[in-house]
Amino acid sequence: MSGSTKTAAAAVAAAAAITLLTSACTGSANNTAGDDPSKDVTITFWHGWSAPSEVKAIDANVKAFEKAHPNIHVKVQGNITDDKINQALRAGGPNAPDVVSSFTTDNVGKFCSSNAFADLDPFLKKAGIDPAATFPKPMLEYTQFEGKRCTLPLLGDAYGLYYNKDAFKAAGIASPPKTLSEFKADAVKLTKSKGDSYSQLGFMPNFHGYESTTTHLAAQWGAKYFDADGTSNVAKDPGFAAMFTWQQDMVKALGGFKKLEKYRSGFGDEWGAKNPFHTGQVAMAIDGEWRAGMAKEAGTKFEIGVAPFPVPDDQADTYGKGYLSGTIIGVANTSAKKNAAWELVKYMATDTDAVVAFSNAIHNVPSTLAALKSPDLDADPLFRTFVEIAQNPNSTTTPASVNGGTYQLTLQDFGYAYEAGKQSDLAAGLKGVDEQVDKDIAQAR
Amino acid sequence: MSAVHPMLRAKRRREALRILAFMSPWLIGFSVFFAYPLVSTVYFSFMKYDGFAAPTWNGVRNWSYVFNDYPFFWPALRNTLWLVVVMVSLRVVFGLGIGLLITKIKTGAGLFRTAFYLPYLAPPVAATMAFAFLLNPGTGPVNHLLGKAGLPTPGWFNDPTWSKPALTLLALWGIGDLMVIFMAALLDVPKEQYEAAELDGAGPWARFRYVTLPNISPILMFAVVTGVIQTMQYYTQPLVAGKVASGVIGGSGQQFEPGYPEKSTLTLPQLVYNLGFQRFDTGSACVIALVLFALAMAFTALLMRRRSGFLTAED
Repeated sequence: MSGSTKTAAAAVAAAAAITLLTSACTGSANNTAGDDPSKDVTITFWHGWSAPSEVKAIDANVKAFEKAHPNIHVKVQGNITDDKINQALRAGGPNAPDVVSSFTTDNVGKFCSSNAFADLDPFLKKAGIDPAATFPKPMLEYTQFEGKRCTLPLLGDAYGLYYNKDAFKAAGIASPPKTLSEFKADAVKLTKSKGDSYSQLGFMPNFHGYESTTTHLAAQWGAKYFDADGTSNVAKDPGFAAMFTWQQDMVKALGGFKKLEKYRSGFGDEWGAKNPFHTGQVAMAIDGEWRAGMAKEAGTKFEIGVAPFPVPDDQADTYGKGYLSGTIIGVANTSAKKNAAWELVKYMATDTDAVVAFSNAIHNVPSTLAALKSPDLDADPLFRTFVEIAQNPNSTTTPASVNGGTYQLTLQDFGYAYEAGKQSDLAAGLKGVDEQVDKDIAQAR
Repeated sequence: MSAVHPMLRAKRRREALRILAFMSPWLIGFSVFFAYPLVSTVYFSFMKYDGFAAPTWNGVRNWSYVFNDYPFFWPALRNTLWLVVVMVSLRVVFGLGIGLLITKIKTGAGLFRTAFYLPYLAPPVAATMAFAFLLNPGTGPVNHLLGKAGLPTPGWFNDPTWSKPALTLLALWGIGDLMVIFMAALLDVPKEQYEAAELDGAGPWARFRYVTLPNISPILMFAVVTGVIQTMQYYTQPLVAGKVASGVIGGSGQQFEPGYPEKSTLTLPQLVYNLGFQRFDTGSACVIALVLFALAMAFTALLMRRRSGFLTAED
């Protein structure tokens, strides 16, 4: 062999070695489910809950499962981050989880399209479970991608209006607003200026105002993010333009972007006791069902009211709807114990008693139709409002996408530029969002 | 051609093996921790790889996407270059200034040394959060004092014009590492050279220019090169500052796009995370990593060339 041939051979060998090494890092997809779930088996369950009350609740749920399935033992690992989940799903092996729960619903598109999670359709069929008859429609939407169901909802989150009842009384407002024009009038009435700031703001409309994000607000218009062929629909759906126009109007009515932004910069941490709704800095807020419990824990001094977030005036008949999201649960495709793992997923996601008990314990919205109607569900009227929002047929969610929540962040980014006056042409801006979203998706496919 | 004696050949082979054995710890370390990751990064930059399915050939699409279609790349590159030029320069000047000051102080030098060094030990996340609190435009004490003094009250981390200067202030606050290095270098300058310069009538500036600077130039170069490389990897502080100031801390499961306000705190390492771990686009993340590598190499080569490396005037 000549010198140059030897060099070429070495280069080819090195390239092959690198290819092998890198392929080895990708884990192996194992779509078969040949294990016997009636045999004695131990499965591993990873979840992200970390608060002691949440961990206690999930442990109680797992214990109830083990009681019902004495041959299946569950090794529970809590406080797992998304990065750890992704690493484990890639690597597989004996230490990888069999059942995984994640808060990042946005990643479902990637989990399904990459086969990181097992396709649950065969399991659902075998168990005689009809997803459409079991789960609310929006929750079904965010747990599948392009027809492939690789996850199920495990409790959900619903967004609604929180309001300060004492402030309402002081401003002479008898009931929560139902339409956005009523909402604007109430927000203005509740706003008290103090120098170049506020002593109380009716509502923080800026997109950085914690949960007043483009996606949460756009749900009130029922706006659709994608066409039937999967291309971005933001410029075509009039709901998005209407939402931005409304937000701009609110910003102007409440003092202007700069004044609001300066006020916002003094807000306490969203997840801490100094949340501006807790402190009375804002009299109304859009937020999830968890806020009621957090406000009570923070020792809020006023009476809290909750209601569905108002709807556009021309959609008054859809009042009661809101944005939905939630936690997902699925079976890792690398698992060698998929049938046993499915038993745990089935129990946690579809067993009415299990879903109701877990929902009552951590005050997240139940994720099955039966659990939503269960008489055993916590009767707290604040919580019940969110249960109603979750059941509303007009409630919507953000669909799964192949590159996670990138399309939402692109829209949100435009929102920041638009509200700050950096971009004034709304139609051109939304068209730009469409183009960017399509480019990002093309890159991800 | 005369044949090499077999014994001589065996001796040479043994010699080569011995050298290789001595070098092996470094060779293994270099191969595993530098060469393999670098080759892999180049390889993945041409592949479509989401971290789950096996990689497939993608040609130059990742490169084209990053340079033409990824809206965060150019702002992040501009920010990184701004920080490299402004922040590194100011850190070196400030570090040297503090070092000079402390070496001249007759009493209480230990106290000042400690006071200037301590902030460097603060964890970056905690330090950034403290700065975000101090510089909060609505409730922070800094703007309160500036307002009382009748001075303008910037938006700091909430204003795209002021966010990078605010990060620079944070970096200057944690100057302890450079201060210690410069102090050691300054104390190492031979005293007789200063005495000779004084006898020749050199003033303080001339002594600094013609005695101090040539003597500490290798350390100066070291500070600049390591500063450039560190700034290329600047991740935690801008991310935390942007997150805290934006208020969008993100609940469980919410994704967060870094760069608040208006992409002004975006840096290239943040994009590696955004692409690789949030968008599952390992290929494009590798492109950014290679851009960073090329930039670090270019800056280092430029600096070394301009200053003849780490040589002192004597060398």
